Amino acid sequence: MRATTERPVSTGRALSFEVHKIREDFPALRQNVRGKRLVYLDNAATSQKPRVVLEAIQRYYTSENSNVHRGVHFLSELATRRYEDARSKVRGFINAADDREIIFVRGTTEAINLVASTYGRQNVRAGDEIVVSVMEHHSNIVPWQMLCEEKKALLRVVPINEAGELLLEEYARLLGPKTRLVAITQVSNALGTVNPVRQIIDLAHHRGIPVLLDGAQAVPHSRVNVTELDCDFYAFSGHKMYGPTGIGVLYGKAHLLEAMPPYQGGGDMISSVTFEKTNYNELPYKFEAGTPNIAGVIGLGTAIDYLKSIGIDAIAAYEHELLEYATKTISAIPGVRLIGTAHEKAAVVSFVFGNVHPHDAGTILDQEGIATRAGHHCAQPVMERFGIPATVRVSLALYNTREEIDLLVQGLQRVSEVFG
Amino acid sequence: MSDLRDLYQEVILDHTKRPRNFRKLETATNSARGHNPLCGDRLTVYVNLKDDVIQDISFEGSGCAISTASASMMTESLKGKTKSDAEALFRCFHDVVTGRSEAPSETSKLGKLAVFTGVREFPVRVKCATLSWHTVRAALESEQKEVSTE
Repeated sequence: MRATTERPVSTGRALSFEVHKIREDFPALRQNVRGKRLVYLDNAATSQKPRVVLEAIQRYYTSENSNVHRGVHFLSELATRRYEDARSKVRGFINAADDREIIFVRGTTEAINLVASTYGRQNVRAGDEIVVSVMEHHSNIVPWQMLCEEKKALLRVVPINEAGELLLEEYARLLGPKTRLVAITQVSNALGTVNPVRQIIDLAHHRGIPVLLDGAQAVPHSRVNVTELDCDFYAFSGHKMYGPTGIGVLYGKAHLLEAMPPYQGGGDMISSVTFEKTNYNELPYKFEAGTPNIAGVIGLGTAIDYLKSIGIDAIAAYEHELLEYATKTISAIPGVRLIGTAHEKAAVVSFVFGNVHPHDAGTILDQEGIATRAGHHCAQPVMERFGIPATVRVSLALYNTREEIDLLVQGLQRVSEVFG
Repeated sequence: MSDLRDLYQEVILDHTKRPRNFRKLETATNSARGHNPLCGDRLTVYVNLKDDVIQDISFEGSGCAISTASASMMTESLKGKTKSDAEALFRCFHDVVTGRSEAPSETSKLGKLAVFTGVREFPVRVKCATLSWHTVRAALESEQKEVSTE
């Protein structure tokens, strides 16, 4: 059945988004769990994968498998071409200026660690400061803490208001002559807040401070343009944007990457090796030591093709409509308190539910086949900010439907019954 | 839905809503803090130990239904027990909820605590049920201690 859902959005525009057709692209959605139809609402943790991505990976291992940048034989040339084509797709997708600015890594976490242990080690000295926000994922806190500990530098933290929005005046006040880097998330995984990154970058650049953006939650849901943003580093993961796990991207401005020392040593990252002197390879290979995750890169490239075929703006509009519906219906349930009510939000609804612990709610929802996240979402400081140990988090993707949100609401009513 | 009733039995829900011995024990000789970083559950177990016998026991803190009920029922079962009785009950409880032992003879030793056998069908919740037990064990080992499930 190919049903077209046409729903008016709040702006009055008619939105045509063939969600039921899109769902057919995702084999994992067509299964029952615990005897119920799977309702997958944990997309901020990881998204499901469309068939084209699975097929691209299968095809690579079946008929294209070879190492890249090495052999002169047919398969090696083919694999290298596929790998480098994917790099160009990533470059185009985030509108970077040059393929050399796209470094393949394992994920957002590794991208941030790469910057901390190369750029950070090179530029941060005792008494210097690094600015992060209270809403960061642990992956954008701990690498900087480790660096600060090593260098006797200081981590400064931008606070947020009750709605979960960054306090920009406080942020501006934290920037000073000792600030070496600002590392901030574009979209909060725990709250859904979309940060005013354009302003954040402008304020930092005004003082000559570079900015790293954690784009893990932004890339699958909105158009990202690193050239327009003028960010210095941008980190994201493949698996949250319908690509495979174990592959991610670090974008960096070429002049910064050029000046940075390598991250890991090994094959591919060198141009010549003797025991007296090793010359490092040019960008981006300087940062890609060892045989890379070729299948992952090809899968990521295919995920980008898939996103583009639907249209990132259409996805953003559809998800926004779903978010409004989910926010309205979930907050109407007695006892629900939303955590994260920023004016600008991505499709994440985080909440606590009366005296019911999120883990109990999560377990009961799971019995209904509904996958949510219950916990601190690897963002303990933000939980502490709101004085709660955990939340239930519903995070939406392009394949979710209003019907699924209705099932969630029914599931939450079931939670009320058990703990009534 | 039968699985869910196995987990959230009436007795468990009752202890969740009205936890017993939920207070600080002013006469405590031993205490320990327990933390499950995965769910953010935190509790403190207080014990008044005299001649190796648990004269009184209480707890306070915050946690999910399973961890609160488990702590509450644990305090009821351990009052008046010796340290070695408590250790034996800990082992039995642990083996039953982790599914290591499914023998009815083991379950019967648990008495009221047998309501937690349903937890073994929910592996991610086992730590919720055992947090208070690990904590009381730490309290009995030394006068002040902190344990974590991770």
